[in-house]
Amino acid sequence: MGVGIEVAGLNAWFGATQALYDITMSIAANHATAIIGPSGCGKSTFVRCLNRMHETIPGARAAGKVNVGERDIYNGTSAVEVRRRIGMVFQKPNPFPTMSIYDNVAAGLKLNGYSNRRKLDEVVERSLKQAALWEEVKDILKKQSGASLSGGQQQRLCIARALAVEPEVMLMDEPASALDPISTSKIEELIFQLKEQYTIVIVTHNMQQAARVAEFTGFFLMGRLIEFATTEKIFTTPSDKRTEDYITGRFG
Amino acid sequence: MKLAPIPAPRPKVVAAGAEARRVSLVPLKASRFADKGFLLLVLACGLSLLAIVGLIIFELIQKSQLSIHQFGWFKFFTGTNWDPVAGEFGALPFIYGTITSSLLALAIAVPLSIGVAVFTTEMCPIPLRGPISFLTELLAAIPSVVYGLWAIFVLAPLLRNYVQPFLATYFGWTSLFSGPPFGIGMLAAGVILAVMVIPIISSLTREVLVAVPQHQREAALALGATRWEMIRMSVLRNARVGIVGAIILGLGRALGETMAVTMVIGNRPEISKSLFAPGYTMASVIANEFSEATDDLYLSALVHIALALFLVTIVVNIVARLLVWTVTRGAPPRVHV
Amino acid sequence: MSKGSLRHWRRQIVDGFFTVSAVGTVVVVMVPLLAIFGYLVAKGIGSLNWAFLTQTPRPVGEGGGGMANSIAGTAMILGIASLIGVPLGIGAGVYVAEYGQNRFGNLLRFTADVLNGVPSIVIGIVVYGLVVVPQKHFSAFAGGVALGIMMIPTISRSTEEVLAMVPNTVREAAYGLGVARWRTTLSVALRTASAGVITGVMLAFARVAGETAPLLFTAFGNQFWNLKPNQPTAALSLQVFTFAISPFDEWHRQAWAGALVLIALIVISVAAVRYVASRGILKGAH
Repeated sequence: MGVGIEVAGLNAWFGATQALYDITMSIAANHATAIIGPSGCGKSTFVRCLNRMHETIPGARAAGKVNVGERDIYNGTSAVEVRRRIGMVFQKPNPFPTMSIYDNVAAGLKLNGYSNRRKLDEVVERSLKQAALWEEVKDILKKQSGASLSGGQQQRLCIARALAVEPEVMLMDEPASALDPISTSKIEELIFQLKEQYTIVIVTHNMQQAARVAEFTGFFLMGRLIEFATTEKIFTTPSDKRTEDYITGRFG
Repeated sequence: MKLAPIPAPRPKVVAAGAEARRVSLVPLKASRFADKGFLLLVLACGLSLLAIVGLIIFELIQKSQLSIHQFGWFKFFTGTNWDPVAGEFGALPFIYGTITSSLLALAIAVPLSIGVAVFTTEMCPIPLRGPISFLTELLAAIPSVVYGLWAIFVLAPLLRNYVQPFLATYFGWTSLFSGPPFGIGMLAAGVILAVMVIPIISSLTREVLVAVPQHQREAALALGATRWEMIRMSVLRNARVGIVGAIILGLGRALGETMAVTMVIGNRPEISKSLFAPGYTMASVIANEFSEATDDLYLSALVHIALALFLVTIVVNIVARLLVWTVTRGAPPRVHV
Repeated sequence: MSKGSLRHWRRQIVDGFFTVSAVGTVVVVMVPLLAIFGYLVAKGIGSLNWAFLTQTPRPVGEGGGGMANSIAGTAMILGIASLIGVPLGIGAGVYVAEYGQNRFGNLLRFTADVLNGVPSIVIGIVVYGLVVVPQKHFSAFAGGVALGIMMIPTISRSTEEVLAMVPNTVREAAYGLGVARWRTTLSVALRTASAGVITGVMLAFARVAGETAPLLFTAFGNQFWNLKPNQPTAALSLQVFTFAISPFDEWHRQAWAGALVLIALIVISVAAVRYVASRGILKGAH
């Protein structure tokens, strides 16, 4: 079951340049929340702050309160713990090329000490089914490397890999932007199904995608959260003029 | 609508002297001649590379004919007795010495080199990276004879007085550390060789590590890997082919290294299990005995050894470069060995 | 503690252990470097005096003497080597970079790489057979040939690399102005890459300056003054070797001093290279 995320006063910097200003929002559990905005508005940075990936960039830092469930991830929890409980899927699929499909999905589990062969088999199968990839790869699980699949399949493999460790939240940074339309729609279908069990935050520059997939949407501009409301409201009756301008295509 | 009439072309007004200027530009025929000449010139320079290889192969094969005809390859390199005065030319001790000293050097150098490379690419604070890589580069610039000098007067006494007694006490039960501790010997040669190949292996390893794309590291981190787990899972694993290439390149260097080894290996054509014992390498015997070779057969036997050394180092280098190339995709290595 | 957090702590400890180990390797590797430089200065500086730099070696027991002939010999041998190695090396590099985008160019590049891996003693033997034997004497010339041969593939590779980094748009601009190809290569491409080419040459120079093995049977060494290129000649690296393996303390001391001079020569070249490179990259890269 997913948990909600409470963000309060989140600021982030790249060296001396500030990238996020005082972000405050509530992300609902077991729903999909889309983050939209023009290029460079800070949406990727924001999502990477939610699982403390932002600070892996040399010189980058973040400050503020981010509560995932009951846990404040910036105070008192190690970054490794945080990332273990929050899954992430990146824009460009990044399966481990030196590992088989099976090993890719099992990678997170092995890190956490699961070595029981049967348990691993179970989890791998379950995750691949959740990612709607099982039927396509069940016969080549150990024979082919993760990188030998098509782009869309690779991305679903990355989703399966993230799901295998049973995270509380799934973060997706433009997961379909590098894929063709058919793979994109498969991924979107997947998100629909995953919503039942996980909290999903999805960054997208495709507004139609946000409208299709997410119940809530946050609009970012130049490092600030301009508006946050249900997707329906954002796309039909936005409160802020800047939101309206973006939605109607006047910029970005 | 009536179009505006197209204006008549303006009469060519040539400024005085322009004709003269145009004539002074190099006419086409002459420049083609110069182009051809230049091409031939630099081509000749390029061909010099092939000529050098040809000359080396020719000279080595020609001068070793006597020995090859007399001993063949098998008998020469399996014979264990090297006594030129008595007419005995068994070169196995040199093969043994070369391989043992090189493998010992790798055993020491590889973990250290990979550690340095991993540190500088993954863990090092940015301001330290420049100085550390500069210092490693400096290690590569020290000439072999200076390493040898230091090895004779500093390393050997160190080994004799502290390291060898320690090894004999605690690990003497393996027959690797038996016999009197001279300081000079196979162990000293292996250690100084290790110091010499570390800069090569670590620079090349650093290059292949840097070539691993950032998104692979992020994939591991996002799964909740600790930094070391991330390095093991996505960096080292992805770069392993290139790392093997770097190690083999280091091996190539160690195999051909002459001066430092000659100065501390003891120069005795013996095969001994103990690392404390003196030994002899292919390069060392050539360095020591070439100017003293009294008869043609002796000289030819030494060239025979040189030919074998040449072939081995070529093969090792080719294999190494192929491996590194597959990882860095053809970008030429910065390190010139 | 639950099993999960116990495992977590174990992973953190392993992570810490490897971090410490990595730092440890850097420290261990720096030790010999610092030790070598330290000993060179400590043991060499004492014997480095004016006499050392101006006198030839004296027989043991007499005391004094120096390595002046070795320093001069090294200069002469390196001069001959550069005359051979630099033009041929740069020429080969230019060919491969400008005219060698084909199988033949790849063959040349491969050959240069292979040559860079040939042990220097093998080069020494080959030059012995090709130069010393027909001439019937050792000579500085033979030593220069040996070192020059070693410089060619190194300089060829570095020149080729640097030329390949010059963007084609620069060449096209020259062609567009009607400049002939050979002129473009020389005055445009090579000039743009000049800092890198010089860097490569100086690195090759520094590398062969310290070489001993190829000189063993070519220049051979000489206890006396010799400035004639067709006689056996002393070289700094050879002299250090001879003195180091001798049984005499006085000669050992001089070996340290000689090594110090040799290293100083090389470090200055490497530092100059870094300086030129750091400024040159800004000059020639656009």
